Amino acid sequence: MKNPTLKSENTVLSVENLCVDFEIKGKQVQILSDISFSLERGKTLGIIGESGCGKSMTALALMRMIPSPPGRISAGRVVLKGEDLAQASEKRIRDIRGGEISMIFQEPMTSLNPVFTIGNQIVEAIRRHKDIGKSEAWKEATDLLDIVHIPAPNRRVHEYPHQLSGGMRQRVMIAIALACEPTVLIADEPTTALDVTVQAQIFDLLNEIQKDRGTCIILITHDFGAVAEMADRVLVMYAGHKIEEGTLDEIIDSARHPYTQGLLRSMPEIKVDPGDIRESLAEIPGVVPDLLHLPEGCPFAPRCSFVMAQCQDLPHYMDLGDNRSVKCWLAQEDSRTKEQA
Amino acid sequence: MATALFQRIIYGMVLILAVIVLNFLLIQAAPGDVVDVLVTEAGGGDPEIAAQIRASYGLDQPVYVQLAKYLGNMLTGDLGYSYYRDESVLELLLSHLPSTLILTLSALLFAIFIGTMLGIYAATRPQGVTNHMVTIFSLLGYATPVFWMGMMLMLVFSLYIPIFPSFGFRSIPAPETMLPRILDILHHLVLPTFTLSILFLAGYSRLSRASMLDVLGADYIRTARSKGLSEFVVIFKHALKNASLPVVTIAGLQLGQIFSGAVIVETLFSLPGIGPLLYDSITNHDYPVMMGVLFGTAVTVVVANILTDLVYRLLDPRIRGIS
Repeated sequence: MKNPTLKSENTVLSVENLCVDFEIKGKQVQILSDISFSLERGKTLGIIGESGCGKSMTALALMRMIPSPPGRISAGRVVLKGEDLAQASEKRIRDIRGGEISMIFQEPMTSLNPVFTIGNQIVEAIRRHKDIGKSEAWKEATDLLDIVHIPAPNRRVHEYPHQLSGGMRQRVMIAIALACEPTVLIADEPTTALDVTVQAQIFDLLNEIQKDRGTCIILITHDFGAVAEMADRVLVMYAGHKIEEGTLDEIIDSARHPYTQGLLRSMPEIKVDPGDIRESLAEIPGVVPDLLHLPEGCPFAPRCSFVMAQCQDLPHYMDLGDNRSVKCWLAQEDSRTKEQA
Repeated sequence: MATALFQRIIYGMVLILAVIVLNFLLIQAAPGDVVDVLVTEAGGGDPEIAAQIRASYGLDQPVYVQLAKYLGNMLTGDLGYSYYRDESVLELLLSHLPSTLILTLSALLFAIFIGTMLGIYAATRPQGVTNHMVTIFSLLGYATPVFWMGMMLMLVFSLYIPIFPSFGFRSIPAPETMLPRILDILHHLVLPTFTLSILFLAGYSRLSRASMLDVLGADYIRTARSKGLSEFVVIFKHALKNASLPVVTIAGLQLGQIFSGAVIVETLFSLPGIGPLLYDSITNHDYPVMMGVLFGTAVTVVVANILTDLVYRLLDPRIRGIS
């Protein structure tokens, strides 16, 4: 299968036909199937999908942090500035982690080690990748806390995680991730565990960092609101497949895959005056399939309201031009009827 | 921190006082006393002579008077006098303490260190053969009676392959100079230490394995790996400090036993420790010695608890805030 993703000169990271297998009960199960995308300097890619669709696994695969065993990258390339990380040595990949690619996680409450000061945990990241002295690293750590807008950084740097609120801890995580000026920052549901007002602050912070430093951000989320806030491009995932990709506007205004359309419809609209009749929220019927018992063909077929005979075969990536693609027979039908017309 | 420590020490002293009073009353309630033993050993008894001896030792006075005197003496550091051995209890304890302390402390430290290493090794290779080996070995070590283990080791390493002495604390005559003297004592303590530590070791390896497995699944371990840290730093810095809390708890409990926790092993290897002293004092109704050993045990338990508390505070900043 040909990779439909076009590459430009600004491409920093490109993922090509990435597949990840897990061995579950002696059976090889494909967790990620043929994922491709590329990331341009200073841009944000949003990866969106339900729980268990493989979006976090994609992030872990980029850093080669998939728990192994049982998991392994079975095919594909992860090319960062011309270097294939899927083939890199263990030592090289440790230099990449935290140095070139950093990650912030969903749970700020548990992502920091409770028995070390936050300063210690930032300094550790700095000194792992930069050859500088202790006092200099501590100064840098204090500066980083200032950059992520933590008040009184001189005092906070000596505090322990339990003395900070959830939003503050996520800022500390961002400070750690920024410690070595990474090329790519992966944010795995960075605001899911936080209050709505704090969420907005974190997004503002990430946007600000991107503007100042030109960092590429991969935002992993299940929330279209978050994607709309941050992303330039959007990749929609379902059951380990990339099912649609495009710019933010293309996805929101003209989603082609029934699943993407369903996701968009299931977002509540806030109206100033809801009136007497509240519209009930659209939902996608059914549940995410068990990866152990995936249906033949298109994984979304059992839940799809447009399902047809052809869906028993896995659809190809349909290149819609301009780096936009969709993995659905319906889109192929559409373009064929257009051609005929 | 300082106030908390002060509070712990005050509580500890109250507790020790309670233990002393309780011991004293319990022993008073038991039938027979040292005079009975002395008279029996002297070949039988004139009740008048027995009464005379009791009067001279002050044993004819009411219980509360005896208790008050005992407590008063304790305050001056006088733990009483062994009528049976004709020696002061404090001196007896001090002369028997070194052997016991060397034995129990080295067994405990050996067990903590090796047990934790085994636990970490097994936990980091959950799929491996070593993991199962450690589990099986731990269960066996836990289930084996100490006296049997001691006798088997004695049989193999003193009789069949005579590389270690099977009894005693030092050779007779003991070497003249300092260094050979120390080496001689250590040589004698190898088998007893190993015997005693097997039981401890089994516990620590299981405990640290479980605790390590738990911690290695934590989010902050993933964070540590995502910084590019080596697996060594991840395990020995980030995981170990968190995983060591349960180990410290158990070590603290066992530290309380170092004073009198080796009775079986000491008896088996004929070591001149606190264990045999306690055993003899019980069979001979030598109550002052018995109470002395129990007092020492109580003090050790209290001190061990305070130490555990301090180590906890050192390891976990979240506990520091609570007093």
